[in-house]
Amino acid sequence: MSAGSTDTAVRTGRITRTALYLVLLLFALFYLLPFAIMVINSVKPLTEITGGNMMALPQDWTFDPWVKAWATAQIGVDPTGLKPYFWNSIKMVVPAVAISTILGALNGYVLTKWRFKYDTLIFGFMLFACFIPFQIVLIPMARILGLAGLAGSTPGLVLVHVVYGLGFTTLYFKNYYQVFPTELVRAAQIDGAGFFRIFWRLLLPSSGPIIVVSVIWQFTNIWNDFLFGASFADFDSQPMTVALNNLVQSSTGVKEYNVHFAGAILAALPTLLVYIVAGRYFVRGLMAGSVKG
Amino acid sequence: MATPAADADFKTKLQTWVPKLVLSPSLALMLVFVYGFILFSVYLSFTDSRILPSYGWVGFENYDKLFRLRHWDIAVNNLIVFAALYIIICSVIGLMLAIFLDQKIRGESVLRPIFLYPMALSFIVTGTAWKWFLDPGIGLEHTMHLWGWESFHFDWIKNRDYAIYTVVLAAVWQSSGFVMAMFLAGLRGIDNEMLKAAQMDGATNFQLYHRIIIPQLRPAFLSAFVILSHLAIKSYDLVVALTGGGPGRATEVPATFMYSYTFTRNQMGIGASSSVIMLMTIVAIMVPYLYSELREKN
Repeated sequence: MSAGSTDTAVRTGRITRTALYLVLLLFALFYLLPFAIMVINSVKPLTEITGGNMMALPQDWTFDPWVKAWATAQIGVDPTGLKPYFWNSIKMVVPAVAISTILGALNGYVLTKWRFKYDTLIFGFMLFACFIPFQIVLIPMARILGLAGLAGSTPGLVLVHVVYGLGFTTLYFKNYYQVFPTELVRAAQIDGAGFFRIFWRLLLPSSGPIIVVSVIWQFTNIWNDFLFGASFADFDSQPMTVALNNLVQSSTGVKEYNVHFAGAILAALPTLLVYIVAGRYFVRGLMAGSVKG
Repeated sequence: MATPAADADFKTKLQTWVPKLVLSPSLALMLVFVYGFILFSVYLSFTDSRILPSYGWVGFENYDKLFRLRHWDIAVNNLIVFAALYIIICSVIGLMLAIFLDQKIRGESVLRPIFLYPMALSFIVTGTAWKWFLDPGIGLEHTMHLWGWESFHFDWIKNRDYAIYTVVLAAVWQSSGFVMAMFLAGLRGIDNEMLKAAQMDGATNFQLYHRIIIPQLRPAFLSAFVILSHLAIKSYDLVVALTGGGPGRATEVPATFMYSYTFTRNQMGIGASSSVIMLMTIVAIMVPYLYSELREKN
């Protein structure tokens, strides 16, 4: 973005500016408050929450809720904490992100540099898949995963996430490769370079930013997914979001709000970290989600 | 002489096939898992499937039953209320924040990520945070009472008539920053010369925005509308985490309806028909949009 474009021609007076800052700060408070409350109350003993004020800082700081949420909280039938589910999520997210990004890169390459008849139509079909309500595939998917012996397993979930993430990753790489000079590809072809050699030597070295965008998008989406996890997973494969929901909704015993909050932060931490480290790319991915690159 | 030519011929032939071969696994996955599955669900919606798929044809009976169900009625009405408020409020807040941030605000680089971070969270996390924050027993109401405002009353999340608005509140919290980012990108793309010219002609700030700037944000409005409506129709996680569809059925939406009819009430035929209705709603919004986007590019 050039320096000039951040410049606005609109001039504002002093009172208006004060009002602007006031409104912006109020909204900043609105966005920060729920998360701040989670953090504050996750380091409080339970009695201070039920008997005291949610907005108050803890009088006794304690990290027990965190330890409990991670290692010993009752989730489902076992007092395992969120730990095993955290690893379930990792085991699901890593291969799903890798496979869908690789396939997306190859698809984008084919659809921009090796165009053929009906390629736009094919792309349209892939793109539409991003937007279907997943309810329409739940029943057949449950059936197929059962038939393939993948029901309730991590590989089953990986398959599901690869399939329904492909449209997005293809979109990202297609938009990105669209502006890569096709003459370079043609020149390499004349020099006798084949399909994969051109991809490997020419396209891939310049694909860094879009790979980051695609990985972040897929990571965030798959980590945060709840519907597929709730529908197709069992104990050995249930992701973090499903476990968190089980923890919070569990109707037995005392509601340990502090443990719920600690668990919620644990579930949010990976995507938040990604957002803090690579927020710029995160925004780009969101924008590209609105189809235009 | 002949052999190298044949060889080259083979090579070019291979070169035309390799790209298609590379694309074919993805295409096959899509055909089966997206379009095949859609057809299968549509087919199931015309069968007497209960706990498992079964193939007795019953025509439109499931749709007939679906539209007579009070439960579905509530879910659809809730979705209409939720989607309308969610889209409107997100757009208003998003546009306002974008315009405000665009006034050479000091600290923009701090504020922008604060507005946007909720989008990185899972709806389950958002739901958990708001569930307890809005709980009258321990959350906001309780806090206000402790601060001495005894008459403060805010129990929407437990109130049948108002619970759906708490879903709107949490959803707006999650997505409005994203709409802000889209509008801000749009604002930054507007040509300043035109604005300066209009200012020379004596246009006020309000006129600048009303007449020149906001009309130019049309593509951003359209994208925001499409993405938000699509998120609204698909919303399942947030409702599950925040209210579980309750109190009673007060916050049921089609997504939760489909899930409970299919997997817990064993009315798969009706569940499938509800998912078909959801798909058709999305198609009605997405297909014209995608079509115009793709046409524009070629």
